[in-house]
Amino acid sequence: MSSHQHAVPVPVGGKLFNAATFVCGVLVAIMIAILITRFLFGLGAVTNLNDGYPWGIWVVFDVVIGSAFACGGFSVAMLVYIFNKGEYHPLVRPALLASLMGYTLAGVGVIFDLGRYWNFWHILWPTYANPNSVMFEVAVCITAYVLVMWIEFSPVFLEKWGMKDAKKKLNKVLFFFIALGTLLPMMHQSSLGTMLVVMGSQINPLWQTPVLPLLYLLTAIVIGYGVVLFESCVASSAYRRQIEVHLLQPMAKIMLGTLAVYLVVRIGDLVMRGALSHAMSPSLEALVFWVEMILFMAPFALIGSTNARRNPARLFLAGVAIMLGGIFLRVNGFLIGYDTGPGWNYFPSIAEMLVTIGMFATEVLGYIIITRRFPVLPREDVSAAH
Amino acid sequence: MTTRRNFLRGCLAGGAAAAAAVVPETACARDTLQRPPEGLGLLYDATLCVGCQACVAACKQVNENPPEFTAMEKLWDTPLDTSGHTFNLIKMYRNGTMETKDAEQNGFSFMKTSCMHCADPSCVSACPVTAMIKDPVTGVVAYDADACIGCRYCVAACPFGIPKYQYDSPTGKIGKCELCRHRHEDGFYSACAEVCPTGATLFGRTEDLLAEAKRRLALKAGDWTNVPRGRLPAKGEKPEDAAKWKGLLDQSYEVRVGNYLQHVYGETEYGGTQVLKLSAVNFEKVGMPNLPPKSSAATSETIQHTLYGGLIMPIAVLAGLTFVARRNVVADDETPKGGK
Repeated sequence: MSSHQHAVPVPVGGKLFNAATFVCGVLVAIMIAILITRFLFGLGAVTNLNDGYPWGIWVVFDVVIGSAFACGGFSVAMLVYIFNKGEYHPLVRPALLASLMGYTLAGVGVIFDLGRYWNFWHILWPTYANPNSVMFEVAVCITAYVLVMWIEFSPVFLEKWGMKDAKKKLNKVLFFFIALGTLLPMMHQSSLGTMLVVMGSQINPLWQTPVLPLLYLLTAIVIGYGVVLFESCVASSAYRRQIEVHLLQPMAKIMLGTLAVYLVVRIGDLVMRGALSHAMSPSLEALVFWVEMILFMAPFALIGSTNARRNPARLFLAGVAIMLGGIFLRVNGFLIGYDTGPGWNYFPSIAEMLVTIGMFATEVLGYIIITRRFPVLPREDVSAAH
Repeated sequence: MTTRRNFLRGCLAGGAAAAAAVVPETACARDTLQRPPEGLGLLYDATLCVGCQACVAACKQVNENPPEFTAMEKLWDTPLDTSGHTFNLIKMYRNGTMETKDAEQNGFSFMKTSCMHCADPSCVSACPVTAMIKDPVTGVVAYDADACIGCRYCVAACPFGIPKYQYDSPTGKIGKCELCRHRHEDGFYSACAEVCPTGATLFGRTEDLLAEAKRRLALKAGDWTNVPRGRLPAKGEKPEDAAKWKGLLDQSYEVRVGNYLQHVYGETEYGGTQVLKLSAVNFEKVGMPNLPPKSSAATSETIQHTLYGGLIMPIAVLAGLTFVARRNVVADDETPKGGK
C-alpha cells in the first residue's frame, strides 16, 4: 500500500538559543521563583484559592485542560494503529511529543497544587488507595499513561543514539503499549468529567450530568485532532515547512464526525434532563454556555466542505475553535458553573497565571529542543514529493 | 479491504469503551448508604438557640484551634465562616426590622454550621487516599492528616462546604468537625453540646435524636414542653452504658415549643445525615442546601463501578485494542522505510 510509504522523521536542526527559547526560559525562571514562594509559605501566599473555590487554574488549566490538549498523540495513534489509517503516520511523532510534554507537565503540575505534596505517593500505594474515588482512577491512569507514552516515544531516542537492537526488541512489543496508550486516555479523560459528579448540585445543571464521562471523552478526542491541526499549522510556519494539507484535510473530516456525535449527545442530554431552561436565563452561566456551544459548532461553518478543509487558515481556525470550546466546557463545569454558596468568588492571581504560563513555556521549550535535535518531524523533501 | 475491515474492528473496540460510559445503572448500581444503627450525632434546634457562641468557643478550645480575627481590634475570635481553624460556627439570619426571633419576615434566626456526618459522605467517596474515613460503628466522618495529600477534592465535593483547607500554612491540613471523637474515650462527648446552655445542640445517637426531633414537631407551637440538654440518653439505655459518658444525666428544663417547619433536616437528605436540624425559618434561607434523598457519592460510584468494576471493562477493551493494534503495527513495521 502506497499510503505506508511515509516520510522518515529527521531532526529539524538549527540553533537552540533564539528569541523563542529565550522568552520561554525567562518565563520558566519566573515560574520557579513563584513556586519557591509557594512551597515556603503555602498556597495562600501566591494563589487566590479559597474554601469556596479550592481548585483554581493550576488544576483546571494545567491538569484538566492541559491533559485534554495533550490528547493529540492519543487521537492520532488511535487513527493510525486502531483504525489502520497508516497514511497519517507522519503526524504520530509530533503529536505524541506534544502529548508527552503536556501529560508529563500535568503530572508534575499536580504536585505544585497538592497541599500535602510529600504524601503524593499515597495515591499509588495500595494501603491508602480508595478505588471508589474518581480522582484515584484519574491519578493512576495518568501516571501509567505518562510511562506508556515515554515507552511509545522511546524509538525516537533509540534511533538518535543508534541503539538498533533495543529498538528492534521494543518494536516487537510496541503494539501492546500502543493499545494501552489508547485505553488509558479513554479511561482518565472520561473520568476527568466524572470528577464533577460527586459535587452534585453545586454544579450548574448545564454541566452536571451522568453522561459527563462520555462528554469529556468525546471532546478529548476532538480536541486531540484540533490540537494537531493547530500544531501542524504553527510548526509549519515556525519552521517554514509545507503544511501537510493532504493529511489534515481527511483528518479534519474525521474530527467533524466525532464532533457531530458529541453535539448530538450533549444536546440530547440537555433536552432529556430538561436543563436547557438554565441556558435561557440572563446569567453568566447561560452566556458562557452559548459561547461554548458556538465554539463547538464553528468548525462546521469553517471547514464543512472539502474545499474549505484544503485552506490552511480555515483548518487553523477550526483547530483554535475546538481548543477554545474544550477550554470553555471544562472551565464552565469546574469554575464558572460551580457554586458553593453566596460569598465565595475566585479569579486567579497574577502569580497563579504566571505559573500556568511558565508551564506552557516549559512545554514549548521542550518541543523546540526535541524536534531540533531528535527525529520527530517528517523529512521535508520526501513530504513535499508526496 | 483489509483496511476497511480493520477500520470496522477498530470502531468496535473504540465504541465499546464509549458505550460503556452510558450503560444504565444495573448490576453495578451503588445504592445510597444508610446511617449505621448506633451512629452518633447532634440535634440542633434553631428555636432554642440564643446565639451565645459558647459552642464556638468550646470547639476552638478542645480542638486547639487559634482565634481568627476579622474585626479591626484583634481582641477576640470573630470568624465569619468555618475554616481550616474553625470547625463550628453559629451563623445568623436577618430580615427587615429583625423584630421577632425565628420569623422569616422582619425576624432573625440562628443556624449551626459544622459537619453533618452524612450517612453517605461525598468527601469519603472523593478522597483518593482514604484520608476521610467514616467509622462503621459511630458513623463519625474522621480525617487522617498523615494520609492526606492535600488535593482538596473533599472541600470541593461537600455540599455543606465543611472540609476546609489551611491555605495559610506550607504544611496545611484539612480542618473539620470530627464530633470530638478524640474526647470520646475519656467519656467526654461533643464539646458544643456539652456547653450549650439551652440544649439547642444536643448529643446522642442519631436514632434517638430523630425521635426527639419528631416529638418536638408533633407538639403545638407555644405549648410548654421539657427538653433535655447536653447528652440525650439512648432509648432503654442501661446504667453501665450511661456511665461511659461524663456529665449530669438529666439537665432537662421546660421551654415553649417553637414554631417549627415540619421538616427534620438531615432525616433524608443525601440518604440522611447524623447531625439533624430543626428550624422555623426556611432551611435554604439559613444556608442548608436542598438535597435529594439520593447521594451524589452513589451516582459517582455507580458510574465508576459500572466502568471499572473488577477491571472487566478495561481489560476487555484492552484485549480488543491489543488485537487490532498488533495487526496494524506489524503491517506498519514491514513496510520498507527510507533508511533500511
